[in-house]
Amino acid sequence: MSDEMIQRVLKVIATSKRIPLETVTIDSQFEALGIDSMDAVEILFALEGEFDISIPDEEVRTVRSVRDMCAGVERLLAAKDAGAPAGQ
Amino acid sequence: MRRVAITGAGAISALGRNTSEFAAALREGRSGLAPIQSIDASQLRFQNGGEVKDYSHQPYFDDRRADFMDRFAQFAVIAAREAVEDAHVEWTPELRETSAIITGSCVGGQSTEDLGFVEIYKFARNRVHPLTIPKTMANAGASHISMEFGITGPAFTISTACSSAGHAIGQAYQMVATGASDLAISGGSEAPFSMGILKAWEAMRVVSQETCRPFSKDRRGMILGEGAAMFVLEPLEAAVARGVHIHAEIVGFGMSADACHITQPSMEGAARAMRAALRSAGLAPEQIGYINAHGTATLANDLTETAAIRNVFGAHADRLAISSTKSMHGHTLGAAAALECLATAIALRDGVLPPTANYSEPDPECDLDVIPNVARHQQVEYALSNSFAFGGLNAVLALRKVT
Repeated sequence: MSDEMIQRVLKVIATSKRIPLETVTIDSQFEALGIDSMDAVEILFALEGEFDISIPDEEVRTVRSVRDMCAGVERLLAAKDAGAPAGQ
Repeated sequence: MRRVAITGAGAISALGRNTSEFAAALREGRSGLAPIQSIDASQLRFQNGGEVKDYSHQPYFDDRRADFMDRFAQFAVIAAREAVEDAHVEWTPELRETSAIITGSCVGGQSTEDLGFVEIYKFARNRVHPLTIPKTMANAGASHISMEFGITGPAFTISTACSSAGHAIGQAYQMVATGASDLAISGGSEAPFSMGILKAWEAMRVVSQETCRPFSKDRRGMILGEGAAMFVLEPLEAAVARGVHIHAEIVGFGMSADACHITQPSMEGAARAMRAALRSAGLAPEQIGYINAHGTATLANDLTETAAIRNVFGAHADRLAISSTKSMHGHTLGAAAALECLATAIALRDGVLPPTANYSEPDPECDLDVIPNVARHQQVEYALSNSFAFGGLNAVLALRKVT
């Protein structure tokens, strides 16, 4: 994962949850950041805008940490670059 | 306090155009969920819904009257007509003046508003149709029912998201019980199938991309539905004196607020509402035989509701039959509690408990007897109908079989 992408994800999380950027790291668990399922849905929405991707609903049930989220974004970006319909 | 009877019922939903079609579908465990037809769903992440199939206003309203009514208001009047006819109401000037109308709706006529906003934002037409406001307002259902029957008594609408009709029927029950009204028409109606509303639901990621499987381990969320159910409520004594058929008696009503989170359900809030309903009815938990669950098939609701039922009923939870009929008519939002109160009344009346359809896999976190897939012949004396709304506003009705 590129540092640039990770930094963008961290910023989206901090902005969406309205918490200081320095509190969010690649190793943060959602629970520790106080991110509940509605917060997670909002963050996914913001990530879709940030990266111009479409995130499937399934991700909401499985993503529990910032690292999961970064990995998911990377996967969807790769699929987008490969020309596959994003989020399918 | 007077005892309160349901003497009339009307319904229009994905399960048919009247209560007998609704009852037949529940008995057969037949789901009305199908690919959405009324709008192009190709730009949505979900394709299925519980629509009133091939609906047109024409058998119900002349064109000019329909011009004034959003689909949700049409459904309200259609269901109210059936309920009033079913109850053989004999209108007198006094009865028209004292009868109450209390309806529930979550989105009201927002489908009409949505189309109006397309004119503004998409086509830059800079004006909307002059009937946009009267068609959009959530009280339009109650207003059109009042005009339909010339009812001039108290009439209003309650909007508490997915509990709307539960709060409405509960309020109507209390007004008849206390003597404030000698008759009430109450229920809920909803018609949320427009692109803007569906996109908002899609964004919440709570709608299943396949079907609605309440309490099943492989559940993936709700399926939205539309329709209405309306009831005629009157004092039990008056109903007996008139010699009319009684579907069921409403014996209690409980409410609570989670005071917790705007979308996450709370076990404590749900349990408090069920306890309040039991207390209001003067019932011990062991007297309840069936619960029509809120059962949306979201991950959070079904396990929270299971925990709440265990919390309230203790060991008796394992002897209770529960089911979610949303698996068949969909989640009709502000009409849900009305269709489900009807399903509960029919279950008591007919001695047939409706199943949880589309159930495929037990979930250890939803380990109650959910009547999987096949209706059950069982006589039950008392039942609850649960409604737990976004916003944490809960409404539970307690019903009794009338023999």
